[in-house]
Amino acid sequence: MKLTVSDLSFSYENTPILQSVSFQADPMVTAVIGPNAAGKSTLLKCIAGLLKHRGRVALDGREMDGDVARKVSYLPQEIGSPAALTVLEAVLLGRHSSLSWRVSEEDLGLAFGVLEDLGLEDLASRPINQLSGGQNQMVSIAQSLVKGPEVLLMDEPTSSLDLRRQLEIFDLVREVTVEREIITLVALHDLNLAARYADSVIVLNKGRVHIAGGPRETLNSEMISSVYGVRSEVYTDDEGLPVVVPKGSAKRRRHKR
Amino acid sequence: MEREVQRVYREITGRKLAYLSVIAGVLIVATLIDVLTGPAWLSIREVVWAILSPATSDPTVGVIVWIIRLPVALMAIVVGAALGVAGAEMQTILGNPLASPYTLGVSAAAGFGAALAVVLGVGVIPHAEEFLVPMNAFIFSLISCLAIYFIARGRQAQKETIVLAGIAILFLFHSLLALLQYLATEDQLQAVVFWLFGSLMKATWTKLFIVSAVLFVVTPLFSRDAWKLTALRLGDEKARSLGIDVERLRLKAFIGVSILTATAVCFVGTIGFVGLVAPHISRMLVGEDQRYFLPLSALSGALLLSAASVGSKLIVPGTVFPIGIVTSFVGVPFFFSLILTRKGGYW
Repeated sequence: MKLTVSDLSFSYENTPILQSVSFQADPMVTAVIGPNAAGKSTLLKCIAGLLKHRGRVALDGREMDGDVARKVSYLPQEIGSPAALTVLEAVLLGRHSSLSWRVSEEDLGLAFGVLEDLGLEDLASRPINQLSGGQNQMVSIAQSLVKGPEVLLMDEPTSSLDLRRQLEIFDLVREVTVEREIITLVALHDLNLAARYADSVIVLNKGRVHIAGGPRETLNSEMISSVYGVRSEVYTDDEGLPVVVPKGSAKRRRHKR
Repeated sequence: MEREVQRVYREITGRKLAYLSVIAGVLIVATLIDVLTGPAWLSIREVVWAILSPATSDPTVGVIVWIIRLPVALMAIVVGAALGVAGAEMQTILGNPLASPYTLGVSAAAGFGAALAVVLGVGVIPHAEEFLVPMNAFIFSLISCLAIYFIARGRQAQKETIVLAGIAILFLFHSLLALLQYLATEDQLQAVVFWLFGSLMKATWTKLFIVSAVLFVVTPLFSRDAWKLTALRLGDEKARSLGIDVERLRLKAFIGVSILTATAVCFVGTIGFVGLVAPHISRMLVGEDQRYFLPLSALSGALLLSAASVGSKLIVPGTVFPIGIVTSFVGVPFFFSLILTRKGGYW
């Protein structure tokens, strides 16, 4: 299975947001990184079919519409409004296209299974409007996983979560990606999370692909300086993964001199 | 795990079904009281006999029960249910707790249509004397909805556009209505004001049949989209991410709400409060899973209007007050008690 993005461009009121973005993604975790306004969220929305764009998005050579689009699950950055629903009902919404008035045992089992994987089973009957921001984010993640997608698009999925939860979520995302052989694209700000959990990294800058490749090839001081304008040192840890230590903004250093 | 999930699901749905059953039970009692009460003091035995055996009962009692009380009591149920459902869907598609079936100027447009018939005797459909006022009210309600629909469609059915267009329409028809009231004679003015209060007393079996038919055609259409409408309450962005065509769903539901409201309003006038509060009562009791929220909004609306119908006959014995005046008196204490006893977070 392969996700192919070719020559994808998107403009908002004549301002180009994405310009001729092309890449391929395999069944693995791919991190999409880049500074604010680089176009990360827009790229995921275009792939999810939520924005009209130029260029082509295809899964195994087939255009992303109709049945193919149903294989994509997209987790937006926004948690959503706190409706008067229980956690189990909210997670079931992830399978709304297969649900009827009566909920099948299969759908219930899938929803509850995802809640168990995320350690949320005790919250199943709690209203989501009584949950913390982090718990709500976990419910959103459960919604996107319960669909059983072949392409999983996640926009900053752990931004409201504490360190332990962040690691737990990414462990789970990796596990799901490997077990189900799905293509996972995660937009991220945290370069060390990208280094630790991504098999492949796409660096976006000003709406274009700056560089793409494995974490070791892409996450280096030179890229961080030119894309983020930040001085940094990049070490290699015991497992051979890059560790980014920011040292200050490149601008400030120039100013000091 | 299978057993655990079944237990949790049963626990969630069981509570909701219990609330539905209780409200349905109370509604049946309220309807019976509604039929039993009225300016002519009839005994329970006389009323029950007239319903069960119309041929052998006292003809006067039969006329009171079959021609006046039953149509009024049943009209209270169907109009209340229609306003409850319309309010529930309006709040859902606009994501706004203040929305009601009248938010988008439907009541003002209906009022103008009715006043046009009363003051100028101008009917939209010729040769329909009995239905002159309701037909005008219906047509103008739909005109206001259509105007909003086309404005909304041009702007990707954004919630804010729909609300703003609705408020503009509301003010437009209020002004036109005020103009007609200014031009009206004293008798005409009285008739217009009486229509605007809202009243069930002109209910007939024909009108009851029409409102019921519309209610039973439109509500299942909402039910078919129950899960999608539930997802809409998570916000547009979230609903889109779940693969829902938000614009299409919102416009579709809006058409249903418009037809339902226009039909209910045209026969009984603008009965406020029910369409706003019934969905809130349902939300507090069963949440926003539309599979329970929708039927309970219908039942709560029906119960509020039935209780108000009883109240309208009891305030001054021997007189029937216009029901539009009474609905708030009956509903507010119950609504406040729910707000005060429930833990927050129901919107």
